[in-house]
Amino acid sequence: MTAVWISVIVVGLATMVIKAAGPLLLARRTPPPRAQGALEHLAPALLAALVVTQALGGDNGGFTIDARLAGLAAATAALLLRLPLLVVITVAAVTAALVRVVS
Amino acid sequence: MKRLIDAHPPGPRRRSYLDGVRAAAPIGVAALVFGVSFGVLARAAGMGRVAPVVMSATTFAGSAQFAVASILGAGGGLATAIVAAVLLNLRYGPIGLSAATTFSGPWWRRALSAQLIVDESWAIAQQDDGRLDRHLLVGAGLLLLVCWTLGTAIGAFAGDLVADPEALGLDAAFPALFLALLWSQVRERSRLLAALGGAAIALALMPFTGPGVPIVAASLACLVGARKPS
Repeated sequence: MTAVWISVIVVGLATMVIKAAGPLLLARRTPPPRAQGALEHLAPALLAALVVTQALGGDNGGFTIDARLAGLAAATAALLLRLPLLVVITVAAVTAALVRVVS
Repeated sequence: MKRLIDAHPPGPRRRSYLDGVRAAAPIGVAALVFGVSFGVLARAAGMGRVAPVVMSATTFAGSAQFAVASILGAGGGLATAIVAAVLLNLRYGPIGLSAATTFSGPWWRRALSAQLIVDESWAIAQQDDGRLDRHLLVGAGLLLLVCWTLGTAIGAFAGDLVADPEALGLDAAFPALFLALLWSQVRERSRLLAALGGAAIALALMPFTGPGVPIVAASLACLVGARKPS
């Protein structure tokens, strides 16, 4: 078997197990109140980390400042103006594309 | 959230799978174009045509797949590629935990539904109280799976027609989506603290660790909620 297929199978199986772990292990019990409080704060912590890594992450780790940051600034402005999600995303993409055309 | 996603009618109506599909439509376009570029890159990296498509349909996690293709293509070795991809996907551990009570039914159905969790479907399914809507998650996840796999097939088999996702600014659509969904969650002070903590941890680790680790570590910021049972 080639390295390509081994990587497809191993990465695929590992990802499936990781994704299923939480819903399989925890679904039937109600966690204690403190753990429940922490679980309810997982989403904002992870979303904020995703914003940071997706806007600033480089291809091989570290930071890369590029047109994505201008897109994120435009998205922030759109959010402050209370525009709908579709507009927020579109504004970010169009801004980043325009910055790349100009620079 | 209801205000942000205009596909949702106001009021406490139950969301359907179709609502999830609608909510994910704009980001589905980006997933399709990125799928095309993954197909092109994977084929250029020597992964052939079928393997990338199989990978998109089963692994269904963009950043890890790009990592495998670029490492194998650069001659980086099988073990390096696998470790990098698993590290990138470890974030689905804490993400899956936050979705643990979302699914119901027998174990195999929960395990199968959990495969539809990707960053974007999970983000779209967020409710303002930190819970997840199962219908939104499944609808959004299915649409994204179809777009991502179809895009990969187009890229792998007909790669010459490609558009460059970065020239279209589509890489900026993802942080914008996550910011928009975070926006409606941080009205409560403790959630704002968790978000700031998560961002700070990710920023602090990014220069020193491989990609993937900062997001996993950022999940520790959820502990600010542990002292405040709700």
